[in-house]
Amino acid sequence: MSFDLKVRRYDPESGESAYWQDIQVELGPERSVLDAILKFKADTDNSLGIRCSCQAAICGSCGVRINGQSRLACNTQLGVASEEGRSKDGTIVVEPMGNMPVLKDLIVDMDAVHWKKIQRVVPWLLPEGEPPEREYVVPAESMIDITQSMACIQCGACVSACLSMEVDPEFVGPAALAKAYRFVGDPRDSQTEERLRDLAEDPHGIYDCTHCFACIEVCPKDVAPMSQIMRLRRRASGDYGIKDSNNGYGHEKAFVDIVRKYGTLHESQLLPRSYADGSLVKSQVRPDSLKQLAEGLPTVINGLRSGKVSPVKAIWHKKLPDQDQVRRIYHEVESRGERIELNLYIVGDEAEGDEWGPDAGAEAPAMGDAAEVATGPEAGTEQGAAVQ
Amino acid sequence: MPHHDVLVIGAGLAGMRAALAAAEGGATVGIVSKLHPVRSHSNAAQGGINAALNPEDSWESHAFDTVKGSDYLGDQNAIEIMCREAPEEILHLEHLGTTFHRNDGGMLGTRAFGGASAARTYYVADITGQAILHVLYEQLMKHQEVRRYEEFFVTALVQDDSGNVAGAVTRNLRDGAMELFHAKQVILATGGNGQVYDPTTNALVCTGDGIALAYRIGAPLMDMEMVQYHPTTLAGNGLLITEGARGEGAHLYNAEGERFMEKYAPNKMELASRDVVSRAEQIEIDEGRGFEDGTVHLDITKVPRKRIHEALREIVMIARDFAGVDITREPVPVKPGNHYVMGGIKTDTDGHTPVSGLYAAGETACVSVHGGNRLGANSLLDTLVFGRRAGARAAREAKAMVMPSASRAQLEHEKSAIEAIVGRERTGRRVSELHAELGEIMDKNVAVFRDEDGLGEALEVVKRLQEEAKTVATDDKGTIFNQDVLGALELGFMLDNAEAIVMGALERKESRGAQYRTDFPERNDDDWLRHITVTHNGSDGEVPELAYSDVTLTQWQPEARTY
Repeated sequence: MSFDLKVRRYDPESGESAYWQDIQVELGPERSVLDAILKFKADTDNSLGIRCSCQAAICGSCGVRINGQSRLACNTQLGVASEEGRSKDGTIVVEPMGNMPVLKDLIVDMDAVHWKKIQRVVPWLLPEGEPPEREYVVPAESMIDITQSMACIQCGACVSACLSMEVDPEFVGPAALAKAYRFVGDPRDSQTEERLRDLAEDPHGIYDCTHCFACIEVCPKDVAPMSQIMRLRRRASGDYGIKDSNNGYGHEKAFVDIVRKYGTLHESQLLPRSYADGSLVKSQVRPDSLKQLAEGLPTVINGLRSGKVSPVKAIWHKKLPDQDQVRRIYHEVESRGERIELNLYIVGDEAEGDEWGPDAGAEAPAMGDAAEVATGPEAGTEQGAAVQ
Repeated sequence: MPHHDVLVIGAGLAGMRAALAAAEGGATVGIVSKLHPVRSHSNAAQGGINAALNPEDSWESHAFDTVKGSDYLGDQNAIEIMCREAPEEILHLEHLGTTFHRNDGGMLGTRAFGGASAARTYYVADITGQAILHVLYEQLMKHQEVRRYEEFFVTALVQDDSGNVAGAVTRNLRDGAMELFHAKQVILATGGNGQVYDPTTNALVCTGDGIALAYRIGAPLMDMEMVQYHPTTLAGNGLLITEGARGEGAHLYNAEGERFMEKYAPNKMELASRDVVSRAEQIEIDEGRGFEDGTVHLDITKVPRKRIHEALREIVMIARDFAGVDITREPVPVKPGNHYVMGGIKTDTDGHTPVSGLYAAGETACVSVHGGNRLGANSLLDTLVFGRRAGARAAREAKAMVMPSASRAQLEHEKSAIEAIVGRERTGRRVSELHAELGEIMDKNVAVFRDEDGLGEALEVVKRLQEEAKTVATDDKGTIFNQDVLGALELGFMLDNAEAIVMGALERKESRGAQYRTDFPERNDDDWLRHITVTHNGSDGEVPELAYSDVTLTQWQPEARTY
């Protein structure tokens, strides 16, 4: 079969700007985009630059953007990529990853962005004192749990796709924060609280993520970086009560409290509460919070002007009619001794629930409809997105 | 011009372990790698790492399994060291943060592996190599005193006037700059040479660089004919399906639905040594009992699905993405494929080679612990134990000496060699064409079954390709990430590797481990219980010299090998 590729070329030595090159390759549809590029290099022009090594999606070298989506060239099949091509004729568009400077053709500078951020999270184990004579004895589940983060191959696809990083290049980002969870979730590490405090206090840290799911969607190894970020937040706020100066804690508390009270989100209360550790009336508002709150006002005014925010609806927010169900949800979640974390590394493919052992049972407590919601809309969507 | 007590070339498990050990030993260390360390092929070691750590297990049992697995060609003193030090190494990795699988009591848990008499394989799902590689890289990020040269390629080793290794010539792939790196001691840890074959489970970078670099300065290569074919590689592209799948209970079937390992290894069945299983598969395929595409079937569906997802997750993805097979529901077609070279640069048990100041560790080296056939989950162990020993010894030696003098002549020579390649007009075939012909002849004639005629033909092809390789040209004339010129240099390295493999295979007129000569189908301990070394003096046109050395036996005398 013949496939058409449009590849972004850039030769920094030529003095010319980047350009598109059309490539035609004869290969079966089950072969990969990397196979096509390697065939072109072998037969026609070996000056095309791309990092690659294992061809099996384990070394993480060949992160690129294919049809705008960040992924590995080696595990993207030509047939699939051609069918989803944005151009109607099935052309496959291959570009270097985003959010990182391009060095040549499809090669980006990962040191300047990705590895700098990894180094930022103190990426090594910090155990207490001398190691034991034998192994550290830790729960079996804890190791499987952080193995989801260990499964990261540092390909940079999530960094490339991260929308927050596009807005704030200083954002620590999905890969580095997933790496951070690998230590925060590791019972052998002694700096759990310090790590969480550090990442919560950093204005470019865990609260800089906007829940866009892009990293979960593009990750070729199902690491689900955003889920790891959310778990860092739950650990920081829930387990350690870390009240960060970015009001991340306040925002989460405000969100949960408002929904507890009204059943849905009362938007006009969200902003002031977020900047006051979650409370509307208590005068805990810190000076820097006031400043941040004031900075938010133009956004509110814009919303009012454009009609997106209706002052009447915003202020007189209606409660949901059936508050009992809402209360049951909160009760179900809060009455549990332990927080249940969804980890796809353990849970696997949800559709296969039929043959699963006791673990699966823990994921779905027998409480009918309410229980299904009880694991939390956030948790539910995380899973839904990750198994797609 | 960088100066280091110890220069490590290659940053997979062996290289990083060596660098960390050398730094711990008080040496100044530089580590050079042609790719970012976490891209190394150690990633691909899926199944696990062996150690007799359970109280009911013993290092002697592990050692005997290894000796038997090696078909008695492994040096038993080296094997004893590896198996004795294995538990300590596992615990060290655990203390550094490796997320090893735990049993219900929270202690380290094991899985079964081929050729082993006890379940002694420690693992992280089926990403064991990756997990350890990333943990060692964490340590390199922590220990900033180890200077990292990532995406630097070594084109040649440099010696002083008395033949001591004195450094290496490097090329920074980012900008093409070439430099002379000075070092008192140099450790080669560049992995294997699977790219000499096509198909192979090995990554594109496994071009035998270190083996060739050492060969070119006269270091002897040992047991190079011992090339492992892994029993379960995907038919289309040679990708690896871990032995862990069989360890978890997967079976092999021929096209007649027969679980054929009953005929070949009635006791260990699918978990016999890899050479045994690969030969059995090849016989089934050659005698017409395979499937049409020249495969047999690996059936993992008997393993509970939850266990598959937890323990063989990578394989689920690989089979899905690269073969379109859902291994939880259907068998996956597999065949034997090039996987590992037991041979390599001859070293002592501290990784030192016969060339002063030069060490080798991991797949690059031949200590020899794997002999004629490596057991699954012994390769990671080899890299770590002997990587550490090489690093520690090199640091000790370095502290007691002054920096040897390295002349810049070699640097100039390497520079002009590269300029010649880049400046050349194309007159002959492309590098990719020569590489393809090499891979094809090796897989055809130097694979599971071999004979005099086929090996002779392969040697002729290699010689011809070596001549042709002198005329290759590049499309890329630039300096920034010129992967084209890198490929031309790697081709030269691969041809050196191929030469030694074929010469060893021609010389060994018996069948042992991975070497099966249809013209000499029996193992012959009287004549061939010995290592074969191939040595080259570096001058062009020189006929490499063959020599022999005794196999070290300690407590296990050779006996018939059945599984």
